[in-house]
Amino acid sequence: MKFKDYYEVLGVPRDATQDEIKRAYRKLARKYHPDVSKEPDAEARFKELGEAYEVLKDPEKRAAYDQFGQNWQHGQDFTPPPGWDAGFEFSGGGFTGAEAEQFSDFFESLFGGGGFHRAAGGGRRHTWKQKGEDHHAKILIDLEDAYHGTEKSLTLKVPEVDETGHVVTRTKTLQVKIPKGITRGKRIRLRGQGAPGIGGGEPGDLYLEVDFKPHPFYRIEGKDLYLDLPVTPWEAALGATVKVPTPGGIVDLKIPPGSQTGRKLRLKGRGLPGKTPGDEYVVLKIETPEPKTDEQRQLYERMAEIMPFNPRSRLGV
Amino acid sequence: MKTPYDMIIDILDEEFEFTLGELCRASATPAETIIEMVEEGLLEPRGPSPLQWRFSGPALYRVQTALRLQRDLHVNLAGAALVLDLLDEIARLRERLARLEQG
Repeated sequence: MKFKDYYEVLGVPRDATQDEIKRAYRKLARKYHPDVSKEPDAEARFKELGEAYEVLKDPEKRAAYDQFGQNWQHGQDFTPPPGWDAGFEFSGGGFTGAEAEQFSDFFESLFGGGGFHRAAGGGRRHTWKQKGEDHHAKILIDLEDAYHGTEKSLTLKVPEVDETGHVVTRTKTLQVKIPKGITRGKRIRLRGQGAPGIGGGEPGDLYLEVDFKPHPFYRIEGKDLYLDLPVTPWEAALGATVKVPTPGGIVDLKIPPGSQTGRKLRLKGRGLPGKTPGDEYVVLKIETPEPKTDEQRQLYERMAEIMPFNPRSRLGV
Repeated sequence: MKTPYDMIIDILDEEFEFTLGELCRASATPAETIIEMVEEGLLEPRGPSPLQWRFSGPALYRVQTALRLQRDLHVNLAGAALVLDLLDEIARLRERLARLEQG
């Protein structure tokens, strides 16, 4: 078990006042709240903050914790000495955090016994029927899956109580139908696939949030797709009809004469399907061939002679 | 044991509809709280009165997030409505940014 330096977690000195601790907690809680934060470890950080605050905001728990002093480093292997909490009374404390059962082993070993546990258990004695907890997960799909619709098989680890009363982890595989036209951030609810209910209550639900795997050439924004299309200087200058990929298949696109890099051409309704289907935007990107032979070099030189052109005139140079 | 096909799958998009009762059940929230959220503009159901209200799929996520913000950060419902609107805006901007940065 690793020692947790709750002061370090909250970023406060060991002699911080209760007000300073509260302010530090509030500030970090806003920063790492999983609904608000984009930090990859937000959820873990938020739990850790809750645990640190649970201890430090309560003068009794804080005093008990403080006897470990500064000799311990965050992350160091730790076992509390027997009878370490003698002389402290934790009766008034109790858990106020909603996620108290998810606190670390470190917390559990220090505050999990005696008065604390009673207080925690007391508030959580379930004599009523209650719906099980909802579970949340992300599901990564390919653009093609969203375009055509697909069925994904999803493997979940589910804790269950077996006949002998032990908690075992069972793997469960679900087939989930992804409808066509789904977009990033959409949520799918699988009814009854969350945690089991309490006291005969119905089970919770499982929510899946859809996200796309990066695509090698499409960029997705809502229902619209963006594609950079390389064209030759002569296709851009003279106009041409070229082949363009869309998720529904290859189509012909007319490039108007006199096109420049960055010109956006719209293929209406070629984006993700739906009541109002998205569009595919083709962004032209002129690529210049490197002259490899004398003849090719002469051709460029000849262009320079007969086509006087200053693309920087707007810059005043 | 249930076969995978017994499962009820809902796509919680704009076209999905919850009645007030269904939204309460799905979010384990009393109707009074949902009504407060509507009064605060956090939810915008279609229909003239609570009995006829129809909420879209994303409304459920807004209720769940507002409740977590309230519990964890002591944000009131007006504040939660603001946070949710800003989060939507940030999500749109991030998507646009990702699109432009990849280009």
